[in-house]
Amino acid sequence: MMMNHTWKNQCKVSPGTIIKGRWHGNQYKILKELGFGANGVVYLAKHNNTQVALKMSDNSMSITSEVNVLKSFAKVQGSALGPSLFDVDDWQTNQVRISFYAMEYIKGPDLLTFIQENGSVWTPILFLQLLSDLDKMHEKGWVFGDLKPENLIVTGPPPKIRCIDVGGTTIQGRAIKEFTEFYDRGYWGLGSRKAEVSYDLFATAMIMINTVYPKRFNKTTGGIKQLKEAIRQKPELKRYEPMLLKALQGHYSSASQMRRDLLAIINNSPKDVSLGNKQAMTRPMKQTIQKSFNIHHPSLSRQDYRKKKRKSGLMEFFLIGMVLCVCYGLYIFMKLM
Amino acid sequence: MYTGKIRQILLITDGCSNHGEDPIAMAALAKEQGITVNVIGVMEHDVIDEKGMAEIEGIAMAGGGVSQIVYAQQLSQTVQMVTKKAMNQTIQGVVNRELQQILGRSQTMEDLPPEKRGEVMEVVDELGETVELDVLILVDTSASMKHKLPTVKEALLDLSLSLNARTGENQFAVFVFPGKKNDVEKLLNWTPNLQNLTSIFSKLSTGGITPTGPAIRAALSSFNQKRSLRSYLTNDDESYLEESM
Repeated sequence: MMMNHTWKNQCKVSPGTIIKGRWHGNQYKILKELGFGANGVVYLAKHNNTQVALKMSDNSMSITSEVNVLKSFAKVQGSALGPSLFDVDDWQTNQVRISFYAMEYIKGPDLLTFIQENGSVWTPILFLQLLSDLDKMHEKGWVFGDLKPENLIVTGPPPKIRCIDVGGTTIQGRAIKEFTEFYDRGYWGLGSRKAEVSYDLFATAMIMINTVYPKRFNKTTGGIKQLKEAIRQKPELKRYEPMLLKALQGHYSSASQMRRDLLAIINNSPKDVSLGNKQAMTRPMKQTIQKSFNIHHPSLSRQDYRKKKRKSGLMEFFLIGMVLCVCYGLYIFMKLM
Repeated sequence: MYTGKIRQILLITDGCSNHGEDPIAMAALAKEQGITVNVIGVMEHDVIDEKGMAEIEGIAMAGGGVSQIVYAQQLSQTVQMVTKKAMNQTIQGVVNRELQQILGRSQTMEDLPPEKRGEVMEVVDELGETVELDVLILVDTSASMKHKLPTVKEALLDLSLSLNARTGENQFAVFVFPGKKNDVEKLLNWTPNLQNLTSIFSKLSTGGITPTGPAIRAALSSFNQKRSLRSYLTNDDESYLEESM
């Protein structure tokens, strides 16, 4: 563990520390630690009164490599694949030089937390978003690689899924740079570790399974058989089964294909199923969504308004019906007299 | 593009050597010949004592490689990570040397401004993808390793899966120590994939002593044999990527 110890000690900076770039001279004030991974620590920092996320590592190579990815994402117009990059620099302390980059601070709960708090009704929506983001990324010749719920943040409102850690992002055709076993098709014996579109789609399917098995599960027999069994055991997953199996076996050649199938599944299933848990959209649930973003909407939302409108329509229908019935009854009564 | 080759020894052990030469000296010898030595210490319920820990770090340091102590469950991820990390270190060493030749004495990648560094990094990535790699795996089969061997086998298959996803060619060889008759036994000769390991590994018997030093020495001579055989056949010497950090 000697490699790991060194960066952990050197990159630990306490809140309030001022980080000054050696090349560009920008200053950042550390507010708090957001998290750490194999390649460094991410801090929330303040720069000219705006909040940024600062990733620091004593391994300047991994920082450089991630910056390269973020830079090439910046060329993809109108999409939000990863966080946008603001600055790259080195920070010279007394003993060591630490490389860092400043990026957009993406705030929100991670994918699994969000679904737990707001209901499984969000699952297909977020996956539709994820698949269209992946499609854009794949078109530019990249594969995300280390796709996992911890790397997916739901920001908003309105809820939107974003990828935060681009450390595993690899040029298509090369060997995957970083992976996590549960989401890795090689681990399950279902394919190579070449950076291909189907590699990301496998991971996407595993994340979907993960939303229903929040604690994941271990490999026993491995292979498609074990995964199929896991899907069949959960009614929430069963309706996605054809799509999941295709993704797990690498039968999709693009994210848009998988997205189309997901849309078809949602639209074809009976209404009460397609909305998942119907109660998911009732008031208390909506409030938790707003709570998870720490934003309060005093005014009537559009959905509430629609619901009210529908309710009054129903009342009208019954009222007219009743009046007609009474009139008809009177008419019959008169005739009989 | 560079047509060098990276040579590594990957030592998987769970404790201290107790037989033969000093393994740290042998690792230093390997480094002198352009071979990197990486060490992975595997724990299960037992803990590696301080002496074992020091030896593991010492071997990797002398061998210019990477060391990591892990629980058996994380072995697969660690083995491929350590191998790749060491490979990148070697490549960076080579690139730094080239940079020093171009830019002057004290310049390394870290001294470049971030923008230029990004361009150099692309070259490093490209090399990591395409360079040829020889890994000789040394597995400790002393008695305490017995029940960890199935996990080791899984980890090695996983390693070949990771490395064979690269464009560059790989060659693997597997040695175990102690062997049936000698200190070291060749289990699998140089081969591009480790699939054959599955059948051989289950027949392994474990022994009492831990001759880590002699094992590294045997690994070195295997590299040298391979080299001389190749040069005998093709009548020219291969070039190697040697590390100088």
